[in-house]
Amino acid sequence: MTASRAAPAASHPSALSRDQLLELYYWMRLTRSLEERLVNLYRQTKVVGGLFRSLGQEADAVGSAFALERRDVLSPLIRNLGSMLVKGATPLEILRQYMARGDSPTRGRELNIHFGDTERGFIGQISHLGDMVPVMAGVTLSFKLRGEDRVGLVYVGDGATSTGAFHEGINFAAVQRCPLVVVVENNGYAYSTPVSRQTAARHFVDKAPGYGIRGLQADGNDVLAVYQATKEAVDTARAGEGVTLVELITYRRKGHAEHDNQSYVPEGEIDRWAAENDPLDRYVRVLRTQLGFDAEAIAGIEARVGAEIDAATDEAERSPMPEPRDCLVGVYHDPPLAPVLWYREGVRSAVDSHERPQGWGTYDAR
Amino acid sequence: MTPAEAATGEITYLEAIREALFEEMERDPNVFCLGEDIGRYGGAFKVTNGLIDRFGENRVIDTPISEAAIVGAAAGAAHMGLRPVCEMQFIDFISCAYDMLTNYVATARYRAFLPCPMVVRGPSGGYVRGGPFHSQNPEAAFLHTPGLKIVYPATASDAKGLLKSAIRDEDCVLFFEHKYLYRRVKEAMPAGDHIVPIGKARIAREGRDLSIITYAATVWKALEAAEQLEREDGLSVEVLDLRSLLPMDDEAIVATVRRTNRVLVVHEDTETGGIAGEITARINDLAFEWLDAPVKRVAAHDVPLPYAPALEDFVLPQTSDIVRAARWLAAY
Repeated sequence: MTASRAAPAASHPSALSRDQLLELYYWMRLTRSLEERLVNLYRQTKVVGGLFRSLGQEADAVGSAFALERRDVLSPLIRNLGSMLVKGATPLEILRQYMARGDSPTRGRELNIHFGDTERGFIGQISHLGDMVPVMAGVTLSFKLRGEDRVGLVYVGDGATSTGAFHEGINFAAVQRCPLVVVVENNGYAYSTPVSRQTAARHFVDKAPGYGIRGLQADGNDVLAVYQATKEAVDTARAGEGVTLVELITYRRKGHAEHDNQSYVPEGEIDRWAAENDPLDRYVRVLRTQLGFDAEAIAGIEARVGAEIDAATDEAERSPMPEPRDCLVGVYHDPPLAPVLWYREGVRSAVDSHERPQGWGTYDAR
Repeated sequence: MTPAEAATGEITYLEAIREALFEEMERDPNVFCLGEDIGRYGGAFKVTNGLIDRFGENRVIDTPISEAAIVGAAAGAAHMGLRPVCEMQFIDFISCAYDMLTNYVATARYRAFLPCPMVVRGPSGGYVRGGPFHSQNPEAAFLHTPGLKIVYPATASDAKGLLKSAIRDEDCVLFFEHKYLYRRVKEAMPAGDHIVPIGKARIAREGRDLSIITYAATVWKALEAAEQLEREDGLSVEVLDLRSLLPMDDEAIVATVRRTNRVLVVHEDTETGGIAGEITARINDLAFEWLDAPVKRVAAHDVPLPYAPALEDFVLPQTSDIVRAARWLAAY
């Protein structure tokens, strides 16, 4: 098996209906607008932890997840809000989660988009990069052992490819010929570390032949190219032909998180990507000029997204904060409840007087 | 040996573990094993010998040398409804999967409501001239992680009954097997579906004057010491075998303190940060007024475990150490 670095053609995949072509724009627009709303809430201190943006990477998240069937399973990363929305996560869940509400998907236990739902087919990630590769090897191993017609997709960034877990997981999945797609989202930076300090390989897709698996590379800011490459990898997995590594080349236009002022980025680089290679702008142009959609169709989606986010925000703001004692529930199936420390009195006052802590990182938001 | 053959007569600690694997894999098609060299070769200690003939290579999976992948893949499969049993070829290598166990597996239910019923088992412990990397007792490193369970049996029937419980448990259980005991202790298995509940200690020997709280191989050393103390000093020594370390059987610990009022905690692991410290703190919290003497510890010296017999024997707790400490306590 050899890596193929030829990006699949960016012309529109004939398999997609006109509704689906518009749907791709809907998910990308929803991702971006929802994050913009989260920025407002962050500035109002209603988002109590860090905020992680996927600005400029919406096409890679949405296009890749769109290649999966409902029964398939993916494991997202911090910049895969779009993938989770495609898989059925709702704006209301995302808002409650960021705002640490008691009725958020993790009941206030985890931050941001760290949550999952096996019914809808996405697995809650942890912060330790690369760790989801072995986990998804196991998820897809179960599909193989049971003869289920299901595929798994795991996202890693350029940084996670340097971890031992990535290597162990992809190698094990390759040996077992698990129905797994490993998407390497190469967005140029791991926190402040550029790709040139992450690997001596010329391309991440070049790692594929070393594992004896197929490799594909695509323009991560072209949603149709992303869809096409991922679909090819998904079809390979579904056909029982094992693991594919898909490298999607994109660019992280915001910092690692909202606090990061990106002082390490060369002058003009961000502006250039924003002006010349914005995935939403590019796709709108394709929809209008190549696929024959009118301005009304685009505006309709934007209006729908705006209304949905407004409604979800109102509802999330009405959501209660978690009950402190709920934190003792469910470490184990049995016993289901951990005991309260005997001296833990006055929990209420401690909780009610909480303040926003200083940022997690080195810099203030600019 | 087949389970039917094993059902008659005594079997070793190792055979008891194998029997539990056979029985659980027969009982539940979701149970499968994965680890290094566990298939055709049957494992470094032959614990999984014969499993592949009975259950095939889809349920007895030879893996690359990848402890993080073994544990991580087990977690993923467990989320999907399977019940993986991972073998660490030596438990010393569980540290390679420490991140996966403590950050991913242990938190899965709490943070993401993901069930993670899985077992990580492997040969542990010293007294076998294994040197620093084939003799470890890493249980204390995991005691501190909410979300994991830890068992460490001392007898063949407990090894079988606890492994069956571990495989049926809804959470991740670390199952430490003492390799010194693998072929040294033997027992007839109780008939039928023999289950030992996780979280329950066992009184290995009843006594009135002094309690030794311990687990795994040092249970046998404590029993030897108890006999000697009875013979030479007329002391009646109780030996409590914890069997499970997480959850720990506080009730049994308090009960033995109330009976004898003097406690020696013994373990093979190093002293600093070892489980004896936790047990001592619990006794302090729950039964301080029942003590007639300070709780004392007998454990390994705080050094990596050396290879040479003269060195290993000096580092690890011996029966004579237990006798000496017990005499000090009895005289207090």
